[in-house]
Amino acid sequence: MRDVAIVAFAQTAHRRRTDELSEVDLLMPVLHEVLGATGLKANEIGFTCSGSADYLAGRAFSFTMALDGVGAHPPISESHVEMDGAWALYEAWVKIMTGEADTALVYSYGKSSPGEVRDVLSRQLDPYYLAPLWPDSVALAALQAQALIDAGDTDETALAEIAARSRADATANPYAQLTGDVPAGDHLVHPLRTGDCPPIGDGAAAVILAAGDTARALCARPAWIRGIDHRIEAHSLGVRDLTDSPSTRLAAQHAGAFERPADTAELHAPFTSQEVVLRKALGLGDDTRVNPSGGALAANPVMAAGLIRLGEAAARIHRGESDRALAHATSGPCLQQNLVAVLEGESAHV
Amino acid sequence: MTDVLSAPLVVEFPFTRSLGPVQSAFLTGLRERTVLGVRTDDGTVLVPPVEYDPVTASELRELVEVAATGTVTTWAWNPSPRRNQPLDTPFAWVLVRLDGAATALLHALDAPGPAAVHTGMRVRIRWAATRTGAITDIACFEPYDGEAGPGQPAPHEGEFADPVTGIAAPARLDYVHTPGRAQSAYLKALEGHRTVGERCPACRKVYVPPRGACPTCGIATEEEVEVGPRGTVTTFCIVNIKAKNLDIEVPYVYAHIALDGADLALHGRIAGIPYDQVRMGLRVEPVWAEGARHPDHYRPTGEPDADYDTYKELV
Ligand SMILES: [Zn+2]
Repeated sequence: MRDVAIVAFAQTAHRRRTDELSEVDLLMPVLHEVLGATGLKANEIGFTCSGSADYLAGRAFSFTMALDGVGAHPPISESHVEMDGAWALYEAWVKIMTGEADTALVYSYGKSSPGEVRDVLSRQLDPYYLAPLWPDSVALAALQAQALIDAGDTDETALAEIAARSRADATANPYAQLTGDVPAGDHLVHPLRTGDCPPIGDGAAAVILAAGDTARALCARPAWIRGIDHRIEAHSLGVRDLTDSPSTRLAAQHAGAFERPADTAELHAPFTSQEVVLRKALGLGDDTRVNPSGGALAANPVMAAGLIRLGEAAARIHRGESDRALAHATSGPCLQQNLVAVLEGESAHV
Repeated sequence: MTDVLSAPLVVEFPFTRSLGPVQSAFLTGLRERTVLGVRTDDGTVLVPPVEYDPVTASELRELVEVAATGTVTTWAWNPSPRRNQPLDTPFAWVLVRLDGAATALLHALDAPGPAAVHTGMRVRIRWAATRTGAITDIACFEPYDGEAGPGQPAPHEGEFADPVTGIAAPARLDYVHTPGRAQSAYLKALEGHRTVGERCPACRKVYVPPRGACPTCGIATEEEVEVGPRGTVTTFCIVNIKAKNLDIEVPYVYAHIALDGADLALHGRIAGIPYDQVRMGLRVEPVWAEGARHPDHYRPTGEPDADYDTYKELV
């Protein structure tokens, strides 16, 4: 098995809208930043993979325009997932593990500002029984939150505390969109208040992966991917136990998350109630620092927010602030699909 | 940077989908006020029914009828209904486990306010007045304090006269599209019948229309360059099939045109010359219609043809 690490991470300052920027304009600064951090040139990258969703912009094949920003001509080895960039990172990791590349550039972006993201996300639902009813993303999260409250797993006060902790932590994150004292607000869809929901915004992120000695040459303290796995649950919400996330637990088990406790966990929980589910599924105790970046409650550029969790976890290892970190990304309604990675700094693995 | 263009963008699509045997029976059943579920190998009744077991993936075909009454398993009060949602007055989203079923169905509950809703409350289906064989044949649920339906689901053949075999799932999403700096500048220049591109600071290539980045160098292109108006046909095709809603007579010629000064060819129609006389190297110029946002077509300038070497990189 090859050792693969995240060696560089960059993200945009996430904002409510970026009308003056096309998608490639949004993306280029973060691409240049990760290339600059490693000293790699675009044509030295072994594999490039991106994540985005055409429905956010309402334009077919919008990702092909963004490709201009990576210098895709003459032709490069490239792929795209119509998902969060965390899944693009998984594909790149596979590419490196199979020996087909030594380095990979992974990026993702999302501009939610052109449309109504709550409605847009409803188009990813089962088209026979769900989509014709247009349940929006907040409504579905609220059903899950009420199930948790009924089960005694949380209450509105505890949810507000998760929001307050996240936004307070985000004051130290220069890229966050929503920080500091954020009022709990009115019920958007009961029991979720505006404060329980993520900001809507535009943003992008990029990471560079590298194998073995290449990683050591590119980064003083690479964030080694000790394990990574992703799992999915039934798409019918009424079949699932919404208070639990067995797919997260299974992915974590396969990623080796339960072998030793982690000091940090970056969880992709756009809604406060989802942090409750994920903490339970991952068995996280008080000795694990959850979302020191502020998490998706502070910045939720759709399709990049999951990759940012991997990037934030890696960056803490790069800076020596973490030795072993969990990173989690989700996709689909009520935590339908989940990816878990275990990242470590070299000294922790002696 | 401040005067970026924006325009409404509507994405609308009437997806038509065919149904499998179980979905067909379920949706036809709704049309007939009959709710069907499917029994799994271990005896669990799934409503709404699916064609493959979510746990074992084995094929499921054993249909059963369940009651139109049930119990709320979780709910969420929606104070501001959005377009296309089942009710246009405030309502609760609910997952309802119908009597006889083991799983829950998502729908709307008509109730006066959140205080009138709780997990465990009893509800029943309110049927839509007009039913077509769709999940919306259930107009919504309503509170119900009568008798519980039969606890045991009844076997059902799932056969109806005139079964529904497909659904049309219309969708409409509204956007405000902003094309960004480079394309805004391009579109504004066209208003003045000028064509502009952008030059890459590294490789010096001029891209028309500008996309904001050089695909070779992967860096921003910011230097605006006016190109044309004349150009050279680099390649072309003859269109013989009339497109829907297009009033251009066939045959006509569609071409790649390298405007003078541009390092990327753009598309345009060639007219003012018989279609079978259009050729690579033909020199052309734009013809603007009154008030148009783009050249209507390109016509021959009468100049000698361009030498192949001058445009071979752009073919
Ligand atoms: Zn260039």
